[in-house]
Amino acid sequence: METGLEQKYNFDVVRWFTVMAVVYLVVGAAVGVYIAAELAWPFLNFDIPYLTFGRLRPLHTNAVIFAFGGCALMATAFYTVQRTCGVRLWSDKLAWFVFWGWNLIIVSAVITLPLGLTEGKEYAELEWPIDILIAVVWLAFSFNFIMTLAIRKTSHIYVSNWFYLGMMVMITYLHVVNSLAIPVGLFKSYSLFSGTQDAMIQWWWGHNAVGFYLTAGFLGMMYYFVPKQANRPVYSYRLSVIHFWALMFGYVWLGAHHLQYTALPDWTGSLGAAVSIAMIIPSWGGAVNGMMTLSGAWDKLRTDYVLRFLIVALAFYAMSTFEGPVMSLKTVNALSHYTDWTVGHVHSGALGWVAGVAIGSIYHLMTRLWHTEMFSEKLVNFHFWTLTIGTVVYIVAMWVSGIMQGLMWRAFDEYGNLAYTFVETVDAMHPYYAMRTVGGGIFLFGAIIMLFNVLMTVSKSVSSGSLQKARLATA
Amino acid sequence: MAENTPPKGLQDRLERNIWALLIMVAIVLSVGGLVEIVPLFYLKNTMEHNRYPEIVWSKVGQEPIVAVGEAGALKANWKPGDGMRPYTALELAGRDIYTREGCYTCHSQMIRPFRDEKERYGHYSLASESMFDHPFQWGSKRTGPDLARVGGKYSDEWQRAHLRRPQALVPESVMPAYPWLDKASPDPETMQAHMRGLRTIGVPYTDADIQAAPALLQGKTEMDAVVAYLQVLGTMVKLDESKVYRD
Repeated sequence: METGLEQKYNFDVVRWFTVMAVVYLVVGAAVGVYIAAELAWPFLNFDIPYLTFGRLRPLHTNAVIFAFGGCALMATAFYTVQRTCGVRLWSDKLAWFVFWGWNLIIVSAVITLPLGLTEGKEYAELEWPIDILIAVVWLAFSFNFIMTLAIRKTSHIYVSNWFYLGMMVMITYLHVVNSLAIPVGLFKSYSLFSGTQDAMIQWWWGHNAVGFYLTAGFLGMMYYFVPKQANRPVYSYRLSVIHFWALMFGYVWLGAHHLQYTALPDWTGSLGAAVSIAMIIPSWGGAVNGMMTLSGAWDKLRTDYVLRFLIVALAFYAMSTFEGPVMSLKTVNALSHYTDWTVGHVHSGALGWVAGVAIGSIYHLMTRLWHTEMFSEKLVNFHFWTLTIGTVVYIVAMWVSGIMQGLMWRAFDEYGNLAYTFVETVDAMHPYYAMRTVGGGIFLFGAIIMLFNVLMTVSKSVSSGSLQKARLATA
Repeated sequence: MAENTPPKGLQDRLERNIWALLIMVAIVLSVGGLVEIVPLFYLKNTMEHNRYPEIVWSKVGQEPIVAVGEAGALKANWKPGDGMRPYTALELAGRDIYTREGCYTCHSQMIRPFRDEKERYGHYSLASESMFDHPFQWGSKRTGPDLARVGGKYSDEWQRAHLRRPQALVPESVMPAYPWLDKASPDPETMQAHMRGLRTIGVPYTDADIQAAPALLQGKTEMDAVVAYLQVLGTMVKLDESKVYRD
């Protein structure tokens, strides 16, 4: 193993972000499993305001997206930019500001969302004082990243960093515009926009939080950690250039497909759908690029558990970026919109792709950041299977319930009347809601195993002194 | 930075210069949003009331929705079907609670132009029907039914009993119970601040609307507010089956 890295780079902040990402994965998934159980067994709401589905669901989405996803992105972005530029972070102080600031935002979310303090826009629920803090911390994160690129020792900027950069710029646009609101109290504000315009701006934000935060950022991760773990160069440079620019230009348009057949003018929704279909090409280009990096070394999948996470994540990426454009087609959307199919689609991306690639990257980082082997390789493999099986159970349950509910809503009987009352369709969902809870539970169990394995690895590194040794070693 | 060879083409140039890459990315990322969002603010056919002005209440912003007479007597200037108008202090309090409780995570307020939705929920929703909704509450998931036109479908008493214990009325329901709504009351001064805030961003409240808040909220619980909000949903505009509101 290389020596002198601990002196050259700031790995401390990366270590903290990495461990916190795993902690928040457990927290976010646990809240998710709980609210899934509430839909199957509503007594779990217990008549306690802070535990109701309506208040905990935003906490679940914020915890997995911003707490888990955010910490994973920040850990890997700060690691990747240092390693690919051959320089230390531009500012250590700013990096620590980002760490504490981001965690403060997460704590504020955990407190305010169950209290019902919300702006009432999906995935952008946090109230205006927290929104301002998010903007400040996000800009500090982006600025430190960009300045590190500016002082790099290498001549070219590595592809991972393009994707991270795209995410930073787009999330800044989205967060600032979508959060524009008039404060009417310390923790109450109203969106500056109303009705149709507000809906379009919200889904421009909503889909691009997926497209940039959960896709571009995690593709940045993929482009560094897949080649590193496979110990092979990226399959095609040309494909990554096409993947990058097509994604940057195209993804932005997709939000409108969330509003098919609504009161949003037809031209907007159709435009969103048209570009959505075209997006299959760059998405699959990227997935192929990642997977084919293993070309000639497929046997590694048999022995390398970390690589399994990364490659299966790419398979889920390919699947959900095919499913997404299909669902944006008007005929399919007419059935799928408002149903669990959407929820299933999101989770095939979130559990399979986002969590899969982040978890693989984190396992890769663990051994390099703590200068020791994982506490248990077997548990890594076990985690791999819980993630895969849990995700599949989850999305199959949602496919069945979503398509079934969509068909039941539109069914007419022989006399031309609606065949089912609404509540009959709710009742029919019960077994699938239970099954979804089980799938989520399996995923959560794997996440708990991971947290245990990670903490044991840290403690092993501390007790054997391997991190200290690395810190003292000279290059 | 070691720049040994001259750059070959634009991509190579961008990969060597972070500032050029940053600017290029920033430009490319802005196109889709600008094309899809900006026209919605000025294209006349976005909002149906530009073609059918009767969708909006003719006296909006000029007369109070509810006038408070001497001795606190309330007189409604608006009646259902008169057209779109801002929410009264009581309805707005209900709407605030609706967002607070995250009702939008399970209920949509956007009826699509399909036969089954028309049978189940009523006429498809118009853009103008959410013109005063900051934020919009169209939702994305129907774990429960659409609420865009729920106003008047059930009695106030049904709504109250349902919010207190949904399963008492609909045994298969998975909705949480909201017993705490009976125990709290909206604060008139807070609601006035909320109305003033909405007015600064374009919701046409009159001074009298804001002054009417204490009278409208007198003796009202959060439960009353939510029920008032639910009962006004979809009742503001009387839609004409013979008109084509949307192309």
